[in-house]
Amino acid sequence: MKEIGGNTRSLRDSVDWKLVICYLVLVLIGWVNIYAAVHSSEPSSIFDWSCRSGKQAVWILTAFLLDFLILFVINPRMWEVISTPAYLAVVLLLIAVIFLGIEVKGSRSWFALGPVRFQPAEISKITTALLLSMVMSKSTFRMYDRSAFLTVAAIIGIPMLTILCESETGSALVYVGFIFALYREGLSGWYIVFGLIAVVLFVLTLVTNWWISLILLGLLCLGWMVNILRSTYKEERAVRRSALWRTILAFLAGVAMIFATNFIFNNVLQDHQRKRIEVLLGMKEDPAGVGYNVRQSMIAIGSGGFAGKGFLHGTQTTYGFVPEQSTDFIFCTIGEEWGFIGCFTVIILYVLMIIWIINDAEKSRENFTRIYGYCLASCLFMHLFINIGMTIGLMPVIGIPLPLLSYGGSSLWAFSVMIFIFIALDHQEKKYF
Amino acid sequence: MNLNHQNKLIIGLVAVAAVLLGKLFYIQIINDDYKKDASNNSMVYEYIYPPRGVIYDRNGEELVTNLLSYDILVTPREVPAFDTLALANALGIDVEVIREKMAYYRKYRTRIGYQTQTFLKRVPQEVYLRFAEEEYKFPGFRALRRNVREYPFNAGGNLLGYVSEVDGDFLKKHPDEYRAGDYVGKTGIEAAQEKNLRGEKGYHIRLRDSRNRVMTSYNDGLDDKPALPGKNVYTTIDAHLQQYGQELMDGKVGSVVALEPSTGEILAMVSSPGIDVDILADISSHWEELSNDPYKPMFNRTVMASYPPGSVFKLINGLIGLQEGTLKAEYSYPCYSGYYYSGNHKLGCHSHASPLRLLDAIATSCNGYFCFVLKYILENKRYASTAEALDAWREYVLSFGFGRKLGSDFPSELGGNIPTSQYYDRIYGAGRWSFPTIVSLSIGQGEIGATPLQIANLAAIMANRGHYYIPHLIKDSEGVEIDPVYHEKQYTKVDSMHFVTCVEGMKMAVNGQGMAGATARAAAIPGIEVCGKTGTAQNPHGKDNSVFICFAPADNPRIAIAAYVENAGFGATWALPVASLMVEKYLTGTISPERKYLEDRILNTRFIQ
Repeated sequence: MKEIGGNTRSLRDSVDWKLVICYLVLVLIGWVNIYAAVHSSEPSSIFDWSCRSGKQAVWILTAFLLDFLILFVINPRMWEVISTPAYLAVVLLLIAVIFLGIEVKGSRSWFALGPVRFQPAEISKITTALLLSMVMSKSTFRMYDRSAFLTVAAIIGIPMLTILCESETGSALVYVGFIFALYREGLSGWYIVFGLIAVVLFVLTLVTNWWISLILLGLLCLGWMVNILRSTYKEERAVRRSALWRTILAFLAGVAMIFATNFIFNNVLQDHQRKRIEVLLGMKEDPAGVGYNVRQSMIAIGSGGFAGKGFLHGTQTTYGFVPEQSTDFIFCTIGEEWGFIGCFTVIILYVLMIIWIINDAEKSRENFTRIYGYCLASCLFMHLFINIGMTIGLMPVIGIPLPLLSYGGSSLWAFSVMIFIFIALDHQEKKYF
Repeated sequence: MNLNHQNKLIIGLVAVAAVLLGKLFYIQIINDDYKKDASNNSMVYEYIYPPRGVIYDRNGEELVTNLLSYDILVTPREVPAFDTLALANALGIDVEVIREKMAYYRKYRTRIGYQTQTFLKRVPQEVYLRFAEEEYKFPGFRALRRNVREYPFNAGGNLLGYVSEVDGDFLKKHPDEYRAGDYVGKTGIEAAQEKNLRGEKGYHIRLRDSRNRVMTSYNDGLDDKPALPGKNVYTTIDAHLQQYGQELMDGKVGSVVALEPSTGEILAMVSSPGIDVDILADISSHWEELSNDPYKPMFNRTVMASYPPGSVFKLINGLIGLQEGTLKAEYSYPCYSGYYYSGNHKLGCHSHASPLRLLDAIATSCNGYFCFVLKYILENKRYASTAEALDAWREYVLSFGFGRKLGSDFPSELGGNIPTSQYYDRIYGAGRWSFPTIVSLSIGQGEIGATPLQIANLAAIMANRGHYYIPHLIKDSEGVEIDPVYHEKQYTKVDSMHFVTCVEGMKMAVNGQGMAGATARAAAIPGIEVCGKTGTAQNPHGKDNSVFICFAPADNPRIAIAAYVENAGFGATWALPVASLMVEKYLTGTISPERKYLEDRILNTRFIQ
């Protein structure tokens, strides 16, 4: 407890070691599985610099160094201070990369500095979270102020749209997750509900027919209307009328959405995106093409069974049936070699980590720390859901890494920094209060 | 729990995690498909085909052995553009064949995937060697060693049977034991002894990567299985006798079955026309020819044809009469060139002394005599009616192995037919038929059908004076045990002493020197006492069938034989020489000079082309 005289709490009590341990375990799991994923029939050492596990070892060690600096050297106050310039700088980088970057697998999102490549989209998650936290933590901030609302939308929207322009759909999608942080800060839950209904209608229209979606939409709106009439019977007429108007507007928006579905699907989405969605929804079979990744990935995971085939004994993993196995599809290696137990462990580690972050965020007296914590939790959640969902055929193939586990320096550094900024914020607060 | 925004988010998080885990639980634990797909994906089973067991004759001669041959396999996914002409030259095939096959693989490439296909079957060694030299030029192609059957002896396709690749229907019936590309014995000994002959397939499991490069042995080869060679099978066939029988029957339609009476072992089993062993090795390319042949070479007459046995059946009627007491050896009946069974209807006979006694009647094969024999059997006062007497008679006949399957170890055996009283009731109405109606049963005609195997078994019963062993083809040998039932004596319902009497008649038929009308004198072999009985079975489809059974030597017989030649005329003329020449060959190893004319005549006569 707080003691008079500026006594600080010991390091043991002020750092959330649960999070640190979770982080370390996940990084280690990632490293071991990257080794398994690239391990071919000629066994090379896990430290071999020429193979990915060796390189990852270097990324991990440098990430640890960053973690140390953030936790013990850099004053956490700085993050709040630099949030605006950092955000602006990164947005500039995001735009610059469109023109100056190199093209990797159809997207222009990588800078190449000699042998090292780096992806500004990874950092922009951090800067966006920081700026968002800074803006929203102001005591004058009200979610439903028009200007505040627009500011928030712009902070999230600018990097998101820029990244979309880079054809990094996956990274852009992660920004949608910030809505959870906004929700915590008072945004109406209806935005999330509407978002989900839109997705359901979109899928339903694609898979079945526009009129089935229309019926569903009609029923939903009718139910909502009845609910409003019932719950507002004591209110004034104007209130009731405006509520009813809202349902009608929602209905019209839904109708527009349904009729736009095919247009969006056929004209807005790019070819590969359309195919991925078609394969996911089972509208087309393409086992050799787009469906190949998912099929092979599900075969690898499914064949792992309960306890897996054992470290380096995955037949699908070792022989490279799954593309992008050390990066976006690293979860396959876990699924195949460690089985359901391994998958369960990894998912539970993530879930615990997110829950602990949320708990720490809630306990914080600082708005900035709290909002930043939620932004971090949202990002982790989006990556977790999209990435694992993709490997097991619940989501279309969207190329985003599994945080801390996937091979790659940018991603590992970005998540390390992002997580340790939060741990540092939390540590600083606990230290002095 | 307070449902504030924080907790709602955590609930949402946990729900999403539960969905992910649920799906993982389903694909990893509940659904097995992915595991199968994974092994299809990465494990390559390289099958090792065991050599099929060798089939020997009773003296250790090889009837069927194995010859090395090769299948050319291809994994279409591995094949780059290549010089089709060079491959065609290496394999000695037309370049169009290669183009067609490659086009087929391209068309079905998604279904074929990484699987290996059989490109060419049964490539002989010299072609394989030529291919092997240039194999490096054709990535994706490789050769698989296989054994094909070789036949040192022309022992008859129907007897040996053929081996061919399993088809879809067969795979459906035996899903666990066989896989596409396996070979299985389809007929004859190959089919009957499939379990012993086939051995057990082995395999190497190899792992391959996503580009189908075979990497290493799976699990260091610990899960590999060596092939277990098939067991060798020793048959009871005498290869030389079998081959001689085939030569004699060449150009004739019919069968010869020779048995060793003291064991029931089948010494020879000739069905003519049959399948030549040259055709047997490559039967699939001869299907059309075989199925269009009017003489049905695939039809194994020895066990499937149901012939009227004709006069050889008189022995059975005589024996039943003696056993029932309605006949005594000393009874004599008149024969007026036949038997008048109702009014002016006569069952004719040839000329011989009349009246005559049983032994003479057997020796001369008198029709009239045996009409009386059956008449008194059926009109026996012990039985309430002719129908009842007929059924009692049928019981006797069945005990001789007629009218039912004998139960040999040869596949596709049929049982022939011995009519029941119900059968005649159905045709004529109950009580509206009597002995004259069915008089032809007296001489083995009418509704009686018997297979050559059953007729040969009758010869063996006569030789054994009243019992037989179920005819069989396989001998006990190391690893192959035959059913003990083949070592059990099967008794007829007629006492042994009556056989002694009838065998005397058979002896007289062959050796009845000076006796007018002894039908089988041509069967006499110098120095060996042969007992025989001729038969001439009427054939509704043309000339009479010629039948002969005999055994020798008379005491301690070593061979019992039945010959049946279709549409050939008198039994004495055709079936007799075939059977007796085989007996002589078997017992003495040669044909005596004074009987050479008989051999020449048979060898030089062809009824069919």
